[in-house]
Amino acid sequence: MLEVDKNSFEEEVLQAEKPVMVDFWGESCTVCLELMPGVEELAEKYSNEMKFCKLNIKGNRRLAMSQQVMGLPSMVFYVDGEKVEHLSGDDLTIEEIEEEIKKHI
Amino acid sequence: MSKIYDVIILGGGPAGLSAAIYSSRSKLDTLVLEEKRKAGGQPTTYEDMENYPGVLGKTAPELMEDFREHAEKFGAIIERGEAEDIEVDGFLKTVKTKDGQEYKGKSVIISTGAEPRKLGVKGEEEFKGKGVSYCATCDADFFVDLEVVVVGNGNSAIEEAIYLTKFASKVTVIVIHDEGIMDAEKILQEKAYQNDKIEFVWNSTLDEVKGEGLVDTAVLKNIKTGEKTALSCDGIFIFIGRVPRTDFLEVTGVDLTDNGYIKTNQKLETNLAGVYAAGDVRDKFLRQVITAASDGAVTAMAAGGYIEEEEYWQENVLEAEEDVLVAFWSPTNEDSLEMINKLEAMDLADRGVKLVKIDTYKNTLISERYEVEEIPTVLKIKDGEVVDNLVCPSLTEVEEIL
Repeated sequence: MLEVDKNSFEEEVLQAEKPVMVDFWGESCTVCLELMPGVEELAEKYSNEMKFCKLNIKGNRRLAMSQQVMGLPSMVFYVDGEKVEHLSGDDLTIEEIEEEIKKHI
Repeated sequence: MSKIYDVIILGGGPAGLSAAIYSSRSKLDTLVLEEKRKAGGQPTTYEDMENYPGVLGKTAPELMEDFREHAEKFGAIIERGEAEDIEVDGFLKTVKTKDGQEYKGKSVIISTGAEPRKLGVKGEEEFKGKGVSYCATCDADFFVDLEVVVVGNGNSAIEEAIYLTKFASKVTVIVIHDEGIMDAEKILQEKAYQNDKIEFVWNSTLDEVKGEGLVDTAVLKNIKTGEKTALSCDGIFIFIGRVPRTDFLEVTGVDLTDNGYIKTNQKLETNLAGVYAAGDVRDKFLRQVITAASDGAVTAMAAGGYIEEEEYWQENVLEAEEDVLVAFWSPTNEDSLEMINKLEAMDLADRGVKLVKIDTYKNTLISERYEVEEIPTVLKIKDGEVVDNLVCPSLTEVEEIL
């Protein structure tokens, strides 16, 4: 998964050709850390159809908020630079994330 | 045949890990099934750990990491899995997990804990991750110099409200009770009152979450007057208690309270023999890390006793080739001591009868199963079945059944 931040977000996410999923995470978010290995597996599995990025909100808080992310974990999907879905909640599961990925590929 | 564990523990929070420490240290073959990749349970989402005795200067997640290490040190196995069902077939219990695995054990300790209760108001679901949160440590970062609302007034709500003041410019706590009344401990209440950033709205609940993309308004409702007011804010943290994770028990026959907590007795036994409950998941007065740890110790020792009693009974009585005379006695009952002496003097072994003594003070499992109410009681068991039952018998009566 590609690490993005406030400097690379525009280019890597908003201008990407493929659909993009961005995993907004933080070090103090245990649910994020719990999900991450599963998300990495999904990134591997769907690497041909979708681009997978992760964004540590530390230092990128303004960027996250500009994307209307104000809680973790947050998986945000973009198609042609447009935000199309935002999954969140501490009960979010890998299965739900995979189902959402399938909708956009 | 698959491996049979002595103890299978469902859930690796403070209760489950403490049970694992006690049972694996007692040389019981112990398996912990934890749904998450990382064991530790609810405290892993908190920050401060202020009231666990002897632990100073450690965070809650750090303490949980120590619990895990401690359990593994004595040989407990921690595997990933979420229980879906428990089948009890006498001494053998089978735990089925969501991913289709089956684990067999002689005893089961249910320590699946609890999870935050959702309020279920309009906008709550829609604004998850967009300002509605159930985890202050996860999301506090977002609210630096912003204004947030905390819904709830228990220990978690007030602790987290105080924590949030390190980030937010203002924290408004919505309390359902009359002014001055909160469910949180006094020490937390005082801290909250003294904190300049915390304000309270009494007699009120959250009625609706509104915003455009992100939360911008909490609609509050006064439960006395029914009046609704809009409070402008950037985030809403909901801490209105927890619900026990017992959905999977509905088909197993484990007795639950109306609120879904597991009913237990003093030994933390459920209504099913060899199945125990520990921690937040059971019906009890105080739900803290220390009481969870205590429950873990109790259940592990109770499970150990159960296994010992059950195995002794099976080997010496139910599977015995000869007829068995079981004498129920108690060290505090003179008559029963006298009877034991007499029975021992009868040279039963020479007559092809085995004598088994059950101390009812220590072994309540067997005496309850055979409904032994008075001591001394003598049962004659043939091929695992009771053929004679004598309460306070004379020697002549015992002779007659031999």
